[in-house]
Amino acid sequence: MIEAQDLHFTYPNGVEALKGISLTIHDGEFVAIMGENGAGKTTLVKHFNGLLKPTLGKVLVDGVETTKVSVASLARKVGFVFQNPDHQLFSETVEEEIAFALKNFGFSADIIEKRVTWALNLLGLTQYRRTSPFMLSGGERKRVALASVLAWDPTILILDEPTIGQDYQQKEKLRQFILQLKAQGKTIVMVTHDVEFVAECNPRVLLMRGGKIVADGEARKVLTNPEILEHASIVPPQIAQIFIQLSELNLDFPKDVIDVYEAREILLKTLGRRNQ
Amino acid sequence: MSFFEGLRFRRVSSPIHNLDPRIKFIYACAIFVIAILFWEFLPLAVLFVIQIPFVLIAGVKREWIRSMRGAAFLASIIFLTNLIFSFINAGYTITLSSLEYALAMTLRFLVLIESFSIFFLTTSPDHLGLALEQTHVPYEFCFAFTTAVRFVPVLAEEAQTIMDAQKARGLELEKGNFLKRIRNYIPILIPLIVSAIRRSLELAEAMESRAWGATKKRTNLYVLKMKRNDFVFIAITVGILAAAIFVRLYVTVPHLEIILKGFT
Repeated sequence: MIEAQDLHFTYPNGVEALKGISLTIHDGEFVAIMGENGAGKTTLVKHFNGLLKPTLGKVLVDGVETTKVSVASLARKVGFVFQNPDHQLFSETVEEEIAFALKNFGFSADIIEKRVTWALNLLGLTQYRRTSPFMLSGGERKRVALASVLAWDPTILILDEPTIGQDYQQKEKLRQFILQLKAQGKTIVMVTHDVEFVAECNPRVLLMRGGKIVADGEARKVLTNPEILEHASIVPPQIAQIFIQLSELNLDFPKDVIDVYEAREILLKTLGRRNQ
Repeated sequence: MSFFEGLRFRRVSSPIHNLDPRIKFIYACAIFVIAILFWEFLPLAVLFVIQIPFVLIAGVKREWIRSMRGAAFLASIIFLTNLIFSFINAGYTITLSSLEYALAMTLRFLVLIESFSIFFLTTSPDHLGLALEQTHVPYEFCFAFTTAVRFVPVLAEEAQTIMDAQKARGLELEKGNFLKRIRNYIPILIPLIVSAIRRSLELAEAMESRAWGATKKRTNLYVLKMKRNDFVFIAITVGILAAAIFVRLYVTVPHLEIILKGFT
């Protein structure tokens, strides 16, 4: 469980990035943090594994204040996958890259071997086991970065912009993957700009603007509220846009639809009624 | 990374910012020369204090203090090594003159940092490139130089992100003995170097697609011209330099011992 209590953060150069954030993320929850550039999304999640320490207020991870423990010990619980994989890849082979964190945490050799094989398999990287990570494509490097974090099986997973630079198929795989992790009871916090991706995942959405949380709720509620979205410089997902416009025609359409299948059902039902 | 902060330019307007960059460079070099001329405490202290008004006029006090604080660590190493060596040289006793020497060497370093941080804090990379170009340095060199300067803060920021990413994977930089600590930096250095090389290749492609080197003779949007303030500032610089050379040649600089005796 992650708790932030009246969290304020000011960067050393004087930029006030977070202005009083209070929130609770429960175990097993899937949360998407959205908002315009510079809203403070990445700054907020960097507090969850102790990379940044609050200027005011506090952050508790499973009841422990982040200022009281090292990043390394928090990292054991909280896995953080950075936006740009090039900021962390350095090993000669993919295998060693994934083993890096496991060695840091002091796992024994046979467990490392098992975990590496497991993580490679999980992300479809087995054939690249002995390839240099620098030889891989952007999307593959991103998967190596993800595998290198998942390898130590953290209970909380933070993903910073996981969909950037991924083609549609990879995004779909990623979505399946996240839902699978969620089913295993992992807490997932995702920072993203990708409304369509969020609409498909249907998580809890935290909308940020200017260092504050301006909306917090189910994706289908938050992403279908044009006023709130406009305030946070976000365009509703396409399905929601259609239903927002249809509902304005007084045809008794619901406004809060973001799911393709739900939209299909509603449209079929309406069409059926007309035909009769 | 606070040391780099001192070299980061912030776009504001002040009499110092608006000076011709060439003049400011001459100033920084003049201070450099003077700092090397002296090895006594008093003149170096004067040299340190004399520059503070420039910092205040330029309105970069906060950044300046930050860069001085960043330099403090290196300064204390310089102080300690000098003190230890003069301690050994003097036959394992601390004398006032060895203390003065160590202090003076530290101050010399601080004066250099001070003058160059004034230069870098008040000169935009564009201005710098312009200055080089208009002193007829080949454009390739100007460009390489300004790019290097411009990318220092970018690299510093990137190094910070990389450190964060590796810490998030359980890397503890401060752990282990001396050799282990050096090895701890490998996961930081490799991504930093790789991304710097990648970035430079991308930059080269972007430059070439914007007709880099298409004509021999480039024209400039801005042309540097000396104004009244520039002449005043160069006069001050020359004045300080002349006074320093005069003092070095014809005046015996009082040692710390004598100054302290004067007080008692």
